[in-house]
Amino acid sequence: MSGHSTYVPKSAVGKWFESRLPIMGLIHSSFVVFPNPRNLNYFWTFGGILAFMLVSQIVTGVVLAMHYTAHADMAFNSVELIMRDVNYGWMLRYLHANGASMFFIAVYVHIFRGLYYGSYKAPREVLWILGVIIFLLMMATAFMGYVLPWGQMSFWGATVITNLFSAIPGVGEVIVSYLWGGYSVSNPTLNRFFSLHYLLPFMIAGVVVLHIWALHVPGSNNPSGIEKKTDKDVLPFHPYFTVKDAFALSCFLMVYVWFAFYIPNFLGHADNYIEANPAVTPAHIVPEWYFLPFYAILRAIPDKLLGVLAMFGSIAIMVVVPWLDTSKVRSGNYRPVFQVFFWLFAINAVILGWLGSKPPEGMYVIASRICTVYYFAYYILVLPLLGLFETPKSLPASIADSVLGKGGSGSAMASGAAASPSTKG
Amino acid sequence: MKSIKTLIAIVALAGLTSGAAFAQSHEREIPPRVTWSFSGPFGTYDETQLQRGFKVFHEVCSNCHSLNKIAFRTLAEKGGPGFTKEQVTALAATYKVKDGPNDAGDMFERPARPADFWPAPFPNKQAAAAANGGAAPPDFSVIAKARTYERGFPWFVFDIFTQYQEQGVDYIASLLPGYEEPPAGVTVPDGKYYNKYFPGNVISMPPPLQDGAVTYLKGPDGKPQAPETVQQYAKDVAAFLMWAAEPHMEQRKEIAFRVLVFLLVFAGLLYFTKKKIWANVEGHA
Repeated sequence: MSGHSTYVPKSAVGKWFESRLPIMGLIHSSFVVFPNPRNLNYFWTFGGILAFMLVSQIVTGVVLAMHYTAHADMAFNSVELIMRDVNYGWMLRYLHANGASMFFIAVYVHIFRGLYYGSYKAPREVLWILGVIIFLLMMATAFMGYVLPWGQMSFWGATVITNLFSAIPGVGEVIVSYLWGGYSVSNPTLNRFFSLHYLLPFMIAGVVVLHIWALHVPGSNNPSGIEKKTDKDVLPFHPYFTVKDAFALSCFLMVYVWFAFYIPNFLGHADNYIEANPAVTPAHIVPEWYFLPFYAILRAIPDKLLGVLAMFGSIAIMVVVPWLDTSKVRSGNYRPVFQVFFWLFAINAVILGWLGSKPPEGMYVIASRICTVYYFAYYILVLPLLGLFETPKSLPASIADSVLGKGGSGSAMASGAAASPSTKG
Repeated sequence: MKSIKTLIAIVALAGLTSGAAFAQSHEREIPPRVTWSFSGPFGTYDETQLQRGFKVFHEVCSNCHSLNKIAFRTLAEKGGPGFTKEQVTALAATYKVKDGPNDAGDMFERPARPADFWPAPFPNKQAAAAANGGAAPPDFSVIAKARTYERGFPWFVFDIFTQYQEQGVDYIASLLPGYEEPPAGVTVPDGKYYNKYFPGNVISMPPPLQDGAVTYLKGPDGKPQAPETVQQYAKDVAAFLMWAAEPHMEQRKEIAFRVLVFLLVFAGLLYFTKKKIWANVEGHA
């Protein structure tokens, strides 16, 4: 991880150790003196928040696993024992269950931040793709975690989602029976989901290390979207960004606490307090809120295989975003037309989420189809074409200039100053 | 085996598509809001209400409904109905539980102890269903969290801020007195009943409560603590079931407040620290 290697151990022991394993120097150059663009706004604090959430989920999860029983006949009861008889077990479980939701709130802010400011563009394509992989792993982890309490929604959610794989021609049936470990969602399914739910977070942690590594090669993108050039453009990570991240994290934790302690079941589903029963199908099978936009895309398409392809495609397409976006300007701040399409995309995603919670009938299906079309059109049509036709605002000469309001048509200046397209960035 | 998988897929798909249509084809009334002592950020259970609710459960509901996950001892734990240990021991002793095997290898019955879980009224689900017209009465341990009604947009957004999360208890408090003659044109099958709050309106449970069916403790003025009416019984037993589903709610809300105050102060200090550190950077406040 790049940065100035100015670390000099003070003690003899420190020198002895550093010459054998220069890990303190690595930490020092990555998280102490690392030069960050000085103009980062609060959307850039969500990386740190996500790192905190991952650790928090692993800590609460490891302790919960000490008390949980992964067996179809005992899982539901063991969760209730955690809630009632384990010391502060209710706290662990509510923190863990709501922590998943908070993790996704943070990751969605983080992703939309990247989409708006063009953080996926060269030279940060690998960084972005690693992020998409983390997102996929998070979704798999969260899905399997929701199955573990073995309530009605656990069971039927697992049934619906695992059945999707049967749509794959040829190998679909085999994949489904491997997921199930039998001929339906049953005890073997619960056991392997528990095993994988414990494994995947550590894989996420591994990819997070790569993600941070890939981040520290070019350094963070920033609201102006132009690269750092001189020392005037940057500030050391510590104390400037450690204190800023800490403040943002405290604010985020207040939201987390509000949900986990005051309305712990708001984001859950009442049906999951009914023990799984293969003989009784709930009236509505609805996934957790963070899957709803993708669920809406799945159901918008009448053909099962195409629906499954569209759902997975809606995530897979993010991998090629760096090459779909043809604009030479990174930051949405300097792309007035892009801004309109971007915010439409964001609103579209929220509407898709709402539609995912509605029954697939009548107007809801039609609306889901329109929203699905826009979702893909944004990636396939808007991003490639906009770069060719849009006239961006002129960019400031440097990050320092963008902060100090010199030159360019940054946010401090009046908008509408459609200067000639910049060749920078 | 393929047919089983197909069947599951069809059932799942049918659940997805028909559930909503089913819900919409029947009129289901929205339960009115009840003022609960335990709602809001500082809510606590009303001990006397929980004791009354327990009496209703004990004398009426527990004849058919189990309470599998609640141990007798929890009735004397903090943040609950506040019975004394002696009361709980005496109550437990009125129940018989199966134990064993003993040294001779035989199972035997003994009086329940506070550490035992509440014994179910029926030995198994099939027996419960057979004795109740084919519909097994659901377990009551978490029923206050397992029942709800849809709030809809935008109300569910407001609920985040108002902390309204008593949909389940509101529903129970409405359901129990919610029996009516079916409206014209609606036929209710034999052995079923019409209830305006039940999803689909046709419920297997006969009206469980009647005015005066449960005698409440008398207050100092010689009158019952609360009216001995179906409405009051329903509210009291709903409150008891909320406690049964969330026995640590009081502790949870207490801790929530302390954690929030801490975070508020901590975030405030960090904010000013941040301002101080950034003060020497040109272009930043």
